[in-house]
Amino acid sequence: MSERDERLTPAAGDDILAQLEAEVAHELEEHRPPPGGPAYQVISSLVALAVGVTGAVLAYGYGLGTLRRPGAGLWPFVVSMLIVVLSLLLLLIGRRLQDSERFTRASLLVLVGLATFVGVAVLLPIIGFEIPSLLLCVVWLKFLGGESWRSTAIVSLATVVAFYLLFLYGLSIPLPHLF
Amino acid sequence: MNIDAFLSGFTSATEPQNLLYCLIGVLIGMLIGVLPGLGPAATMAILLPIVVTVDPVSGIIMMAGIYYGAQYGGTITSVLLQLPGEASSVVTVFDGFALAKQGKAGAALGVAAIGSFVGATISIVGLTLLAPLVASWALDFGPPEYAALALLGVLLVATIGSGNTVKAMIAAATGLLFATVGRDSFTNTGRFTFDSLELAEGLDFVVVAMGLFGVAEILYNLEERHGKVHVPVKVGKVWPTRRDLRQSSGAIGRGSVIGFFLGVLPGGGAVMASLAAYATEKRISKNPERFGRGALEGVAAPESANNAAATSSFIPLLTLGIPANASMGMLFAALLVLGVTPGPQLVEENPELFWGVINSMYIGNLLLLLLSIPLVGIFIRVLRVRPAILAPIICVITIIGVYTINNSTFDIFVMILFGIVGYLMKKTGFEPGPMVLAFVLGAILEDSVRRSLLIFGGDPTQFFTRPISGTILACFLLVVLLPVIQAVRHRRTAPTTTADQPDRKDSLR
Repeated sequence: MSERDERLTPAAGDDILAQLEAEVAHELEEHRPPPGGPAYQVISSLVALAVGVTGAVLAYGYGLGTLRRPGAGLWPFVVSMLIVVLSLLLLLIGRRLQDSERFTRASLLVLVGLATFVGVAVLLPIIGFEIPSLLLCVVWLKFLGGESWRSTAIVSLATVVAFYLLFLYGLSIPLPHLF
Repeated sequence: MNIDAFLSGFTSATEPQNLLYCLIGVLIGMLIGVLPGLGPAATMAILLPIVVTVDPVSGIIMMAGIYYGAQYGGTITSVLLQLPGEASSVVTVFDGFALAKQGKAGAALGVAAIGSFVGATISIVGLTLLAPLVASWALDFGPPEYAALALLGVLLVATIGSGNTVKAMIAAATGLLFATVGRDSFTNTGRFTFDSLELAEGLDFVVVAMGLFGVAEILYNLEERHGKVHVPVKVGKVWPTRRDLRQSSGAIGRGSVIGFFLGVLPGGGAVMASLAAYATEKRISKNPERFGRGALEGVAAPESANNAAATSSFIPLLTLGIPANASMGMLFAALLVLGVTPGPQLVEENPELFWGVINSMYIGNLLLLLLSIPLVGIFIRVLRVRPAILAPIICVITIIGVYTINNSTFDIFVMILFGIVGYLMKKTGFEPGPMVLAFVLGAILEDSVRRSLLIFGGDPTQFFTRPISGTILACFLLVVLLPVIQAVRHRRTAPTTTADQPDRKDSLR
């Protein structure tokens, strides 16, 4: 608290808004992993650059046409070139930015979470939504959320039953279902 | 203004069904406002497939309720737990929590609720009076004006928004590029389709938004460390005293006006407004040192402002068809899915929807005022629900929801892909917000630019010589050049300070 009071004293100048913004960012940052280094910045700029270059090359192939008769590729080409220019700019000035976040062990949880999404997407048309949704709930509650088996069982069953009733009866949306 | 249409809007808004959806909307809004993690834009994205199955007017009333309801909910946790539920309530934490520690939590919550109501209501009156005027003025807009307006909209969202500007502009440009995927409507050439039949149809922006906002946010929150235990402060009397109200009335008034104007600006909205209102109060205060130590104005001003801004940001959407921020982008998407094209013709062609939605906001805010004070206890109890229990429920709604849009598993995979993109963007300091908004505006922008070029016979200078599009583009150049000039001047006067200061505000939206 004392740190904040110090930074928000009126003597610190007229730019209260800028101070507030920094303060707010700090407030939101507390629960997050530390910033990644310049490597994160350089790699993300290079990825953006690659997107721009690929877009420009493909768009060129669709035909640029003329300003009088714009071809299919003109607009995406212009947009891609904009991405290229901006990524180069970012590569030049953005190396020391602190706005990235390091990947930590907790990032592995994200991979597990993603896997459950893909699993449901694959299984949904084959065996209906009930069993995949139930499994997703179990993984998220028990393994990602650290809940007890008891609350895992209650919440996942209740969720699937509630969605069954909501989608198939409440909204009568056709959804692949087993039961 | 057409009084009959305005009044019949009230009839529509007070139909039992619409009242019910309004109530559901504001309750969901308050709930997600109380719960940190999921913002209004993400919630609207996730619920979109369900909302579009109901009647258009009811659906939009509900979506709107989620947005402005969230502004009320965010206050409660800011004051009681020092934990902003919503980015737009972060500044409320400074004085709100200080007040709570002094045993004045009730007064803070009461003033915030009343300020929110006043701010929103002033803003709705402004919206009621101004929106038809803007719409009738914009009826003459042709493709060049729309091109200029959409361009300015994308740019403002990228620059005014928080975070690094270059990154935000890259995100926006990439959004524009993604919008071109699919068959080109002018020449029938497939673009970026890679011979896929599904991609030839183009990317559905509901699917993209659900990925970039919904899935990305769910994945990102998985990494959150829940170390801190939050114990709510006891709430005494919730009603503020007359003295409290007198003390904060000026702040409420100023906050409402600031909020109204910042909300109309593209890229403005609730977050900017709450910051600006707090800063203004502190700047004009006779003893600014009180701020941060429990000044009632420090709660009243940002809370009035964020509600006023949340309301006035409907103006550009309902009158020009240009969404001003990410949440409005979701509302825009919902309208399109429901077969309604937002734009200046909306007030004439679809008065029931236009006035029904606007007038439902009067009712919704009244509901929120009535609910927020007595229900504070219940909402605090909601906080005891662990995030781990909500996460899988949100996942299931998201996956099933996106599937039901087109009954397609392909859409689920597209959503997951954009979820990964959004997650990686958040990790590397790129905001998904400008990308979604640019994606939504991309089709309008390209279409308008190409139509304009056809009209102009291939002479792009005419964009600048037409009075309205010329003025808008002059604003555009001003927005681009001003920061550059400032940076150059800054560097000249203070060569020791580095230009790229660390600014990490990407979770602000």
